[in-house]
Amino acid sequence: MAVAYSGGVIMGADSRVSTGTYVANRVSDKVTAIHDKIYLCRSGSAADTQAVSDYVRHYLGAHAIECGRPPLVKTAANLCKRICYANKDRLLASVIVAGVDPYEGGSVYVIPLGGTCAKVPFAIGGSGSTYIYGHVDHVYRPDMTKAECVDFVKTAVERAMARDGSSGGIIRLVDISAEGVQRDFVVVN
Amino acid sequence: METTTSGFSFDLCARNARLEGKAPAAMKTGTTICGVVYKDGVVLGADTRATGGSEVADKNCAKIHYLAPNIYCCGAGTAADTEKTTELIASQLDLLRLSTSTQSRVVAAVTLLKRMLFKYQGHISAALVLGGVDCKGPHLYQIYPHGSTSKLPYVTMGSGSLAAMSVFETGYRDGMAEAEAVALVKDAIFGGIFNDLGSGSNCDITIIRQGGVPEVRRGYETPNETAPLRAAYARPASLRPPVGATPVLSTLVDVFDAPQPLAL
Repeated sequence: MAVAYSGGVIMGADSRVSTGTYVANRVSDKVTAIHDKIYLCRSGSAADTQAVSDYVRHYLGAHAIECGRPPLVKTAANLCKRICYANKDRLLASVIVAGVDPYEGGSVYVIPLGGTCAKVPFAIGGSGSTYIYGHVDHVYRPDMTKAECVDFVKTAVERAMARDGSSGGIIRLVDISAEGVQRDFVVVN
Repeated sequence: METTTSGFSFDLCARNARLEGKAPAAMKTGTTICGVVYKDGVVLGADTRATGGSEVADKNCAKIHYLAPNIYCCGAGTAADTEKTTELIASQLDLLRLSTSTQSRVVAAVTLLKRMLFKYQGHISAALVLGGVDCKGPHLYQIYPHGSTSKLPYVTMGSGSLAAMSVFETGYRDGMAEAEAVALVKDAIFGGIFNDLGSGSNCDITIIRQGGVPEVRRGYETPNETAPLRAAYARPASLRPPVGATPVLSTLVDVFDAPQPLAL
């Protein structure tokens, strides 16, 4: 999931990768960098989302060099949408693109299975998200502080991991702001 | 097949009916493969059993493949797929080395493999454990047949991966010495050999050291040797008849006509 606050975004995810009933990786990183200050929360097929993020990272890197300036989060989300929409019948990938740019500050875009792209104040995704829609809608307020956002993400992912069998492991947190990117993780049990 | 000039062709009906019953299955290898990163390198391990259905097709096959002088790769899945995939990537890496005059990077090998496996959408049954050392240090990856990858300090793959992982989860520590790492990998493979029906026979080990020559230890440990067992078993004398014990009752020699040389 990802939440935008004034001047940045907080992203969070669990760390479980499963193949059937077997946990293939219990400490994976589903919050992937696609540029210096734009990250991607991946859910769906690991192979598909890795391929999509590899393409987006490639195109966004080339785009940033051509423009000679940091890319917009909107551009990253749009690239991602193009790939997800054009290949919608071949992909099982739903992603959240979030980050900061000098023009719009912190922003969050959600790209679900069909390949739509929407700018949202916060987004949740993946199998565990269905368990926490009520919780996040209840707790979320616009204009939360950074600390409140971190707490919001932490508890939401924790509740999803507790209820969803396909989610688990540790909580990975990424804070992206104009100052820089800070990573953190929480061991739940 | 004959070409008819008119009317419908029902040639494919029989094939379709056959396929509807059951699609032909490829030969898979039940396998235990694993790898671990230690203080100054990577240790890879594999069992040596190849199966065709419930039959052991090869009791001593090699599952640790060469990719580059500093990179090796264990393969599980369809034997032919892992063999040919690693061969192809090894040759691509070789050409890359010739054109760049630099040592191969482990990420380069991983990227080539994942792109190829993703392109074939999981139809190439190759589940790989890839390890190596390069200018950035030791690296260990696992690669799934659909093209997803993970970079971890210890990984297992194949049908015996659960048995091997349980050994790693209890025995792994950060920054192990080489001897400890080799012992752990051996124990993990033994976990697969003894507890997984798809795995068996011997334990192969390859050690890739930082700034050293890789050590390929084929048949590092052979816990299933049959010769000592056979030697230990003494046959009763009644089952060891002396030479000439079978009496010759009659002899018939029939001489055939010598074949005529073929006239050309």
